[in-house]
Amino acid sequence: MAFQLTINGDRHSIDVDGDTPFLWVLRDVLGMTGTKFGCGMALCGACTVHINGEAVRSCITSIDSIGDSKVTTIEAIGKTPAGQKIQEAWLDRDVPQCGYCQSGQIMSASALLASKSNPTDADIDDAMSGNICRCGTYVRIREAIKQAAQSGG
Amino acid sequence: MTLTHIGSVRPAADLSRRNFLRASAIASGGLLLSLSLPFASRESKAQSSDSFEPNAFIRIGVDGQIVLTMPYVEMGQGTYTSIPMLIAEELEVDLKQVRLEHAPPNEQLYMNPLLGVQATGNSNAIRGAWQPLRKAGATARTMLIAAAAKRWNVDPSSCRAQNGEVHHQASGRSLGYGALTADASRMPVPENVTMKKPADFKLIGTPAKRLDTPAKINGTAVYGIDARPPGVKIATLAQSPVFGGRVKRLDDAAAKAVNGVRHIVRLDDAVAVVADHMGAAKKGLAALKIEWDDGPHARLATADIVRELERATTTPGAVAQNVGDADKAMAGAATKVEATYQVPFLAHATMEPMNCTVHVRQDGCEIWVGSQALARAQTAAAKVLGLPPEKVVVHNHLIGGGFGRRLDVDGVTRAVEIARQVDAPVKVVWTREEDIQHDLYRPYWFDRISVGLDKTGKPVAWNNRFAGSSVIARWLPPGFNKGLDPDTTEGAIDLAYGIPNFHVEYVRVEPPGIPTAFWRSVGPSHNVFVTESVIDELAAAAKQDPVEYRRALLGKSPRAKAVLDLAAAKAGWGQPLPKGSGRGVSLQFVFGSYLAQVAEVEVAKDGRVRVRRVVCAMDCGTVVNPDTVQAQLQSGTNFGVTAALYGEITLKDGRVEQTNFDTYQMLRLNEAPVIEVHIVQSSEPPGGMGETGTSGTVPAISNAIFAATGKRLRKMPVDPTLLKQT
Repeated sequence: MAFQLTINGDRHSIDVDGDTPFLWVLRDVLGMTGTKFGCGMALCGACTVHINGEAVRSCITSIDSIGDSKVTTIEAIGKTPAGQKIQEAWLDRDVPQCGYCQSGQIMSASALLASKSNPTDADIDDAMSGNICRCGTYVRIREAIKQAAQSGG
Repeated sequence: MTLTHIGSVRPAADLSRRNFLRASAIASGGLLLSLSLPFASRESKAQSSDSFEPNAFIRIGVDGQIVLTMPYVEMGQGTYTSIPMLIAEELEVDLKQVRLEHAPPNEQLYMNPLLGVQATGNSNAIRGAWQPLRKAGATARTMLIAAAAKRWNVDPSSCRAQNGEVHHQASGRSLGYGALTADASRMPVPENVTMKKPADFKLIGTPAKRLDTPAKINGTAVYGIDARPPGVKIATLAQSPVFGGRVKRLDDAAAKAVNGVRHIVRLDDAVAVVADHMGAAKKGLAALKIEWDDGPHARLATADIVRELERATTTPGAVAQNVGDADKAMAGAATKVEATYQVPFLAHATMEPMNCTVHVRQDGCEIWVGSQALARAQTAAAKVLGLPPEKVVVHNHLIGGGFGRRLDVDGVTRAVEIARQVDAPVKVVWTREEDIQHDLYRPYWFDRISVGLDKTGKPVAWNNRFAGSSVIARWLPPGFNKGLDPDTTEGAIDLAYGIPNFHVEYVRVEPPGIPTAFWRSVGPSHNVFVTESVIDELAAAAKQDPVEYRRALLGKSPRAKAVLDLAAAKAGWGQPLPKGSGRGVSLQFVFGSYLAQVAEVEVAKDGRVRVRRVVCAMDCGTVVNPDTVQAQLQSGTNFGVTAALYGEITLKDGRVEQTNFDTYQMLRLNEAPVIEVHIVQSSEPPGGMGETGTSGTVPAISNAIFAATGKRLRKMPVDPTLLKQT
C-alpha cells in the first residue's frame, strides 16, 4: 500500500511494504542520500533523522510507524534554528574528516540543542554517545556543540 | 614498480626539468603545466630517458582559475585541502583560486611516488607531493612573471607575483594571470626556479579551512554508497561464512516472493539478492535458505593460528636489522628481560560499509566506488569481465573511511561478479555484518623479545623475532624481498634509541583461512606497541622513570628528545594522580615523523579502563596545515584507544565471531579522552601523520595501565579481567 509522508515539508507517496525501514525509503526510493547507512541495528546513529523534532534512528523505524509525523532530514536541518547553529559551528570548527557519520552527528546534536539551549557535558554525552565516528572527531563535536550553544539567537 | 620508498622518506631526488615538467598552451588560451613525479618516470622500465609521462596537471585558465588534477584521494585526512596549499603558496594565489580534480584511473600516470602504484595510503600524500608540486608552482609563477616582463619590456626581476597577478612596482602596472597564460605557454620552461623560503610562506603552516567541509554538513557530499545511476537496483549479499567455503545448496523461493526483490544471483561462494531498495534486498537475504560447504577451514580457531605464530618465533627468520652482536652482549648482560607480545586481528569497520555500483553493458562497464586505489579497481573489473581496462570507466567518490580497507578492491571484483548477471546498474551494499565478517584484517602478530641490561640498567643487547603476515607480499609482491618488506618491520627497526647491539628478525607466516590487509598505521600498529611496551618494561626493571629512561637513550636523536620532553611537560609528568590512575608514555619515529604521547588512564575496581587524557607532541617536519595535523592526531589517537580497549577479531569454526558494533565495539563520545596536540616547529621535510596517533596510543595506554596497577599487558586488547581487584 502507498504511504503518505511529509518530509522536510514536502508530501510524498511511497509504495513499499509497511515494515520497510524508513532509511531505505529515504535513500533508495526518494534518493535522499544525505542520511547514511552504518549498521542497520540502531548501534551507530549514522541514519539519524528527526521525527516531530526528536532524534530517531531511521534504520529501525518502519515506514508504517511514521503516519502524520513531521520528518526532518539532514537536507533540511539547516532551516531550523538549532540545526543552523550546529552546522555553522561544525563548519567553523572543521569537525568532519571522512564525513560519513556527520549527517547523523548533526541530527543528534541539533535535536539536543533544540531541547536544551545550554547543554552540559553530561547532556552532550547522553545525546551523542549513540553516534559512532570512526575518524574519532569527538573532541571537535563536543567543542562545536558548546560553540553552537553559545552562539545565541 | 618497486616499493623501496614505502615507510621511509627520501627526498624527491632528481627534479631535473626534462623528466619533471612541461608547459603547453590549452586550446582555450590557458597555460597547462604537466608534471612527472620523479619516482614514477624513473621506475618505468619502458621509457627512454627522453620520454615524458606527466602524472599531475596544473591548468591556469584565461579566467585565472587554477585547476589541479592529482592522483590522491580524500578519505578524511585533509589531502584535498593541503595539496592545493602547496601550489597556491608558490603561485601566490588565494587557496580559493585552486580547484582540485580527481585523476582518472591510470596506474602508469598517477603512480604514487612513495607507493609505486596509484594509491593513497601510508601517510604519504604530502610526503610525495611536497617537493614536486611546490616546484611546479614556482615554475608557473616564474613563467607568468617572464611573460609579463616581456610584454612590458622590463627586467623580470623587477616584477613580482601577488594575489594572482604580476606587478611591476616601478611603473605601477599589473596583469592578472589569466591575461598572461597564452604568452607564458610560449615561454621556455626555466631550468632553475627559486622556491619560496619557509620564512616567506603565507599559506603553508597556517590553519586552512577544509575545502570539503561544506558538503559534509548538509548531506550533499556524495560517497560511493550514494551513487544512483538511472535505473539502479540495490543488492546485498551473503558470502560463505568460512573463508574458502562454497554454496552447496540454495533455496531462494521465499526470497523471490519478497515484494521488491528482482533477482537472486548465485555465485560459487556467495549469494546476492537484487531488489528495488535495500529494505527488500535485506528481507530477501533473510529469507534465503543457503547450505554452505565450509571447505578446508571449517574448524579453524584463532588459537590454531596463534600456535603456529608462536612456533615460528622459535625458528630463524629474515634479519631485518643487525647492529653489533646481540647474542654476545646478551651473554654478558647483568639483567635480562624476556617477554612475548601479541596483537590481534582487527577489522577496519569504516563507517561507510563496503559497496560498489556497477553497470555491465555489451561494450564495457561503468563503476561508481570510493577507492584508495583507483587503477586497481579498474583492473579488477576488467579481469572479471575479460575486457581491456580502457573499457572500464571508474567514477571515484569521497571515501567514508579508508584506514587501508579501500586499498583493496575485493569489493569491486565481487560487485562486478554480481552485476554482470543483471541487465541494469546494480549497487551492491554490504550489510555491517558482512562488512565485518568479510574484511581483510590487520594481521595477528606474535613477538618474542629478549633484552639484556648492563649494571646501570641501560639496554646493551636487543633480540626481537616476530612472526605474522606480510601484507606487502600479497598487495605488492615486488616489495617483498629476501623475506622482508619495509612495512612489516617499520617501528621494529631504526629506533630513535641508541642500543649498541640490536638484532631483529621477521618470520613470514600467512594465516590460513583469513585474509590480511593494511590497517591504519600498518606495520607500526604492531611494532610500536611491542617496542614501547618493552622499553617501559626495561625502565621498570631498571627501577627508573619511564620518561627519564627513554631520554637517556636519545643522545643521537634530538628531535625525538624534544617531542618526549614536550609531551612530558604538557602532560604534567610526575605530578601525583589519584589511586587507580596512571600515566604512560610512548615515543616513536615512523612515517618520517616523531611523536611522543602521554596517556592518562583510570582503572576501576572491576578492571574497566577509562582513558581520560592523551597529550601528543609531534614533530612532523614542515607543517602544511596545522589544523589538519591536530585533526589527524585527534583521530589517530581515538582510533588507537578503540584498538587498545576493544579491538579484536576472533575465529571460531572458521567464522569471524564479531558481527556488528555490539560485538565489535567502537569508542564513543562519552568515553573519548581529552586530546591535546602540541606541534614542534620545524623546517625539515614533511613527515606523515595520518596514522602515527594510532600506533603510539596503544602502548601509551598499556604503559599507563602498568603505572596504575603494576600489571603489564603483553597482549592486546586490554583484558579487564586481568586488572580486576580481588
